[in-house]
Amino acid sequence: MSFLEVRDLKVHFPNRGGLFSRKTQPIKAVDGIHFDIEQGQTYGLVGESGSGKTTTGRAIIGLNSITSGSVTFEGRQLTSGDLQRQGAFRRDIQMIFQDPYSSLNPKKRVLDIISEPLRNFERLSASEEKARVQQLLEQVGLSPESILKYPHEFSGGQRQRIGIARAIALKPKLIIADEPVSALDVSVQAQVLNFMRDIQKEFNLTYLLISHDLGIVRHMCDQIGIMYKGRYVEQGTTDDIFDNPQHIYTKRLISAIPDIDPTKREEKYKFREEVRTEYELAYGNYFGEDGLAYPLKPISETHFVALPGRG
Amino acid sequence: MNEALLQIEHLTTSFRIADQYYAAVDDVTLSVRENEVLAIVGESGSGKSALAYSIMGLHTRAKTEGDIYFNGHNIARLSPSKLNKLRGKDMSMIFQDPLSALNPLMIVGAQIEEVILLHQPKLSRKDRADKAVELLAKVGIPRPEHTYGRYPHELSGGMRQRVIIAIAIANGPKLLIADEPTTALDVTIQLQILELLRKLKADSKAGIVLITHDLGVVSEMADRVAVMYAGQIVEIADIYTLISKARHPYTRSLLQSIPTAGETKSRLHVIQGIVPSLQNLPRQGCRFRSRIPWIDESAHEEQPIMHEIAPGHWVRCSCYKHFRFPDSKEEELRHVLP
Amino acid sequence: MWRTVARRLVIMIPQILLLSILVFLMAKAMPGDALTGLLDPSIDPAAMDAQRVRLGLNNPWHVQYWDWITQAVQGDFGQSFRFKMPVSDLIGQRMMNTVWLSLATLILTYLIAIPLGITSGRFNDTWADRLITGYTYIGFAAPLFIFALLMLWVFGFHFGWFPTGGSVEPGTEPGTVQYVASKIYHLLLPAISMALITTVTTVQYLRSEIIDTKQKDFIITARAKGASEARVYNRHILRNSLLPIAAFFGYEITGLIGGTIFIENIFSYPGMGQLFLSSISLRDFSVVTSLVLLYGAASIIGALISDITLSIVDPRIRIK
Repeated sequence: MSFLEVRDLKVHFPNRGGLFSRKTQPIKAVDGIHFDIEQGQTYGLVGESGSGKTTTGRAIIGLNSITSGSVTFEGRQLTSGDLQRQGAFRRDIQMIFQDPYSSLNPKKRVLDIISEPLRNFERLSASEEKARVQQLLEQVGLSPESILKYPHEFSGGQRQRIGIARAIALKPKLIIADEPVSALDVSVQAQVLNFMRDIQKEFNLTYLLISHDLGIVRHMCDQIGIMYKGRYVEQGTTDDIFDNPQHIYTKRLISAIPDIDPTKREEKYKFREEVRTEYELAYGNYFGEDGLAYPLKPISETHFVALPGRG
Repeated sequence: MNEALLQIEHLTTSFRIADQYYAAVDDVTLSVRENEVLAIVGESGSGKSALAYSIMGLHTRAKTEGDIYFNGHNIARLSPSKLNKLRGKDMSMIFQDPLSALNPLMIVGAQIEEVILLHQPKLSRKDRADKAVELLAKVGIPRPEHTYGRYPHELSGGMRQRVIIAIAIANGPKLLIADEPTTALDVTIQLQILELLRKLKADSKAGIVLITHDLGVVSEMADRVAVMYAGQIVEIADIYTLISKARHPYTRSLLQSIPTAGETKSRLHVIQGIVPSLQNLPRQGCRFRSRIPWIDESAHEEQPIMHEIAPGHWVRCSCYKHFRFPDSKEEELRHVLP
Repeated sequence: MWRTVARRLVIMIPQILLLSILVFLMAKAMPGDALTGLLDPSIDPAAMDAQRVRLGLNNPWHVQYWDWITQAVQGDFGQSFRFKMPVSDLIGQRMMNTVWLSLATLILTYLIAIPLGITSGRFNDTWADRLITGYTYIGFAAPLFIFALLMLWVFGFHFGWFPTGGSVEPGTEPGTVQYVASKIYHLLLPAISMALITTVTTVQYLRSEIIDTKQKDFIITARAKGASEARVYNRHILRNSLLPIAAFFGYEITGLIGGTIFIENIFSYPGMGQLFLSSISLRDFSVVTSLVLLYGAASIIGALISDITLSIVDPRIRIK
């Protein structure tokens, strides 16, 4: 039994069209995905825009309703449709959002922003609440005096820390981080990533890190799943994915990462050319007639690849 | 100096905030040659985009001082009508967000035709349309005739950026200014756009100014790099030198803060403090001083100037000689050149 | 495109149906019925009941509603007890007067709004802009009926430049030039009075659209193409800002209905609005219900026009 188990998760959105808004084929944002996360680990969910990675994260926390499949957290099942009864889960699972500028209410003080989850789940006196918020601010490296300030008085990195302070206020066990640093500058990004590492050790946190930035994913994650059009194309440890990519889509994604070493330019061009040729030639071997990925097949104990049904 | 396509000298661009002018670009001098990619790297607030807009004369409410020589002519104080003869023809710009950079109510074909009409008014309507379709094909859009009549919202992000590039290259510019051209795109699309820019440059021998915060993109594209911090250039070098032998504390810190493929899961370097806002920029002494407080004050110059420490490698302020990282762990040396 | 229009038309049918039911039920809820006003009180109550049965007034409401609506669809809105003539004939005369007044007001509204809005938006934060926004604030603050009374007193009575009532000079022959001129002369003052007030919304809307569009990224693209400021304004800013205004047109119609009711009463202009208020005070129910139904339908059609124009001018909302 893993800490978080996602089994055949499907999230379909109705697609309305036609003269009388008949329901037509639904949009299959997430179409049968399957993964486990162990406690204290960081799991990276990677894909390009439209791959369904964000929808997956939102479905796990209950912001998108699940069409079918199951999500099991610490042995308890989170199912669709009864969000009200999931109070306990909502406490243990928190989310960090992409944009630190729009995810904090500009009209609320830091105190109110961070204490919002506390007010929902715990009954604290005003002084207890203030002490908790100040402690949280210190934990995220902000001065405890900032409780009466408003979000606009902070820089992007500081705002993202406020978002993190809010997420860890209830001592969650799992944090879903959706592109937590993509709106930030490189140096600030480093600050937030280091910090996420630190609190992970401190609280034995588990992360589901959703990102399109393979550099960050490689830096942070233990396990990685690569999504394409709502399905998994490959899953494995970070080394499996980066050192031994098997699916043509993964190869293409990895070869597209800009290389910091300018001396390798020519080498890289040549390699990309090879990958592109392979992609074009072998596309039919890796994707079904509908252009979707096949179900995952194990190729080692940790490494799974979406290949057509041979064996 | 004379062969430079673009020569910027002591350019200062100031914005007015509450009755006072603040320089966002402060005394910038640099040059771009034909067939060269000069990358300007910096974080938000470094003044890199303000610099790009100054070159194109696109600031509407800013005070610009200094000289910008383009093809030997000073364009810094041209009248709007003379500037309009250059913009979109000899020099053009590629923008960061391709959706908002296109007019949502015009088909993309008409938006490409507009720039042709402005600079080649004698072409017939049909020739313009043919040219627009040709350009769409040139930037790698499949079925260009079909795309011609589409609205921007009907295209994908990568396709929109190709349309923007088609507009930029429509009249065969000598200088292209690309302001974060791939920031809004997915990594595979980013690669395609970079490859397209590379191919266009090879065909046209145009000079490119590439504004970006992404050092990976810089390494892929640039011939030379200028690093900007707080409105000033702090280091200029060719790309190989900059990546392997950067000297300015800011450049070195930046290089240490990127999580790159191939590294162990060590801690990333964090630059202390925050980028000061435009109104709070330190105008005296080394601007990076407050971010490296453990370095002795005497290491900085009072009026930091650019030092040429090797041919073509310039570094601002003498503090580079004394800089070390606080955790005394020397940075992992990147691939040292043969 | 046609699909959007068709869908929008289909949605309109239940809207109008619901409106008619509401109107009918409200009329039923009012004290008295058609006979109370029609007949002499000295008539025998038994005879009155017989009449009620004959006219179907004792039937269940849905039966009565069905009778009423089927007749209304055929253009028969019943009898006005005050004028002792069919409601449709009564409204017919006045409807044209109101339509002309509304049309004149609409034209004037745009004649004022477009130049003012453009000036104000293009040169925002200049003295011209401050002057124009100052005017719009006054327009927002001044109640229409007080402003209209003031106009009537100043230009109608004090200076005597305009007629103070009616829709045409009595005795002029319909169809002659004098007749048309007299018609226009009579509706000018009410139309100007109303336009001066109702236009401020459009001025403000246009101003903020222009200021908004000016700051869009594609304006920078246009400048980077080498387009002159004049071209940037005409091709990109104005075009993009005027389109939402065009779409707003349908809602203007809805706004006009409220305005004409006041204006027609103040200027004693024989239109639907004047008829409406006098019929309410005299409990001429069949007229009132017919007018409410017409006004409601006009509002729904106004919204429909807006939606359709918007879907024509803005490619982003076109449904394929």
